[in-house]
Amino acid sequence: MGSDKVIQIKNLNVFYKNHKKSPLSKDRKVHVLKGVDLDVYEGEILGLAGESGCGKSTLAKAIVGMNKDFTGEIIQKYQDAQMVFQDPYSSLNPSKKIGWLLAEPLKVDKTKKWTKEEIDAKVKEIIKAIGLTENMLGRYPDQLSGGQRQRVSIGVALMRSPKVLIADEPVSALDVTIQAQILELLQNLHKEYGITILFISHDLRVIYQICDHVAVMRGGIIEEYGAPKEVYKNPKCDYTKELLVSAGIK
Amino acid sequence: MKKFLSMFKKNKATGKRNTYLIMGTIITGLIVIIVLVGLFYTPYSPTKMDSSAKLQGFSFKHIMGTDHMGRDVFSRVVYGSRITLAIATFTVLIGAGLGTIIGAITGYFGGILDEFTMRVVDAMLAFPSILLSLVFVSLFGTGTYQVAIALGISFVPSFARIVRGEVLRCKNMDYVEVARLQGVSDLRIIFVHILPNITGVLVSTIMIGFNNAVLAEAGLSFLGIGSQPPYASLGNMLSDAQSYLFSRPSYVLGIGATIVLMVLGFSFLSEGMKRWK
Ligand SMILES: Nc1ncnc2c1ncn2[C@@H]1O[C@H](COP(=O)(O)OP(=O)(O)O)[C@@H](O)[C@H]1O
Ligand SMILES: [Mg+2]
Repeated sequence: MGSDKVIQIKNLNVFYKNHKKSPLSKDRKVHVLKGVDLDVYEGEILGLAGESGCGKSTLAKAIVGMNKDFTGEIIQKYQDAQMVFQDPYSSLNPSKKIGWLLAEPLKVDKTKKWTKEEIDAKVKEIIKAIGLTENMLGRYPDQLSGGQRQRVSIGVALMRSPKVLIADEPVSALDVTIQAQILELLQNLHKEYGITILFISHDLRVIYQICDHVAVMRGGIIEEYGAPKEVYKNPKCDYTKELLVSAGIK
Repeated sequence: MKKFLSMFKKNKATGKRNTYLIMGTIITGLIVIIVLVGLFYTPYSPTKMDSSAKLQGFSFKHIMGTDHMGRDVFSRVVYGSRITLAIATFTVLIGAGLGTIIGAITGYFGGILDEFTMRVVDAMLAFPSILLSLVFVSLFGTGTYQVAIALGISFVPSFARIVRGEVLRCKNMDYVEVARLQGVSDLRIIFVHILPNITGVLVSTIMIGFNNAVLAEAGLSFLGIGSQPPYASLGNMLSDAQSYLFSRPSYVLGIGATIVLMVLGFSFLSEGMKRWK
């Protein structure tokens, strides 16, 4: 057992430095995640919901190794998880062209030496997969719309063909119509590449549309977990009910 | 290059031309062209004395007059500008080069190294840079190269501080996190991912640097510790000319005006670059 789980998180506690407290104060750390247990199954889209500030990004960053100060276990079947960030305006380097941004993950790949031809071929494959055209490769990020930028961010994350993609509120900064397009793109990529996605959102409606499982987080704890249909039909905790009401579902 | 030419056009958003940039480019360009032509041709030899033509005023023969030894002031100014510009370039190269490396690395890594370096930088910035260069000149001795090195080192702190601030601003952007996630090395993140984003500020700072270097060099030479004759810089010449300030104001005027024009050109360029975009 366990081989069908790509990520197993056991009793995870994550801490941040508290910059407000004086260096002499005793509790200089903020305890953000308080014993999170969560499994991500191979090939699924797992939705992680919860209000802003509850620790969703903290969990995502812990998985990809950006939060070093934690206790507990994070077991990953593949070590290649990539992440897409919320703000498509700050996640693309403004001084680089799209083609450069897409090629960079391959140029710095430590597991494989890519030739120029291989890089070009992969860049062309990915630009098509994210629904953009080759003439965009020569553009700078500020010549793209928010939705197009988010597509590029997703493309950059996909360049090394990761088995796991963590999308941290990838549509929260976008217009509703654009949101739908990006969600569709994620679903297509999920089908086409069989990639496992941890999809983070504060919007339960979005999660309902695309996820196989949903986990509801509150104050650094997973409060509810299950298939979206069941969770939405009879939520066990009041907090989930509140979220459903505020999302206009109940 | 295309980008460079586009700066002369009217800004689409505001409908205004960047007057500072245009003026700066014209003035600085003119000076640079005259200095470059001066490498091959000056109306007179800058060192040829003519005792029959001492301290003449402006004329067609000598457009900036002649000095107390009967040398053609314009030819000397062209020659002196070359020395002054060379020292300024060298100074800015040292200041910007070392300053960028120090500022980028301390800003990116932070920690004790950053803390320590910035305290040293603060201490150096607390002294006027002319005083600082005087200290370095007394260490290295006088002479053209020594002065350039002394000025260059005294410029390092301000460049380091500005670059550090810019790197601090950039290093928390998501694109740096993305790069880290991909396993890009720290040095590649600093120099390939972050630095191109601060070139705007850097170039504008370099122009102010030129400006300050010209003034500082003139100041040092005026005090007699800059470049030494016969390699007269504009500062040296001004220092020579000061005794004739009242008897022959035209002598000082040509030299002084050149320094002012040079400084004006660089500060226009710097201001223009700040407003560009
Ligand atoms: N780098 C940090 N240093 C200190 N506290 C942080 C840091 N990042 C996030 N936090 C705090 O941790 C909590 C969870 O943040 P986050 O994981 O970003 O929430 P979410 O993504 O669910 O909105 C918040 O209270 C936030 O203020
Ligand atoms: Mg977040």
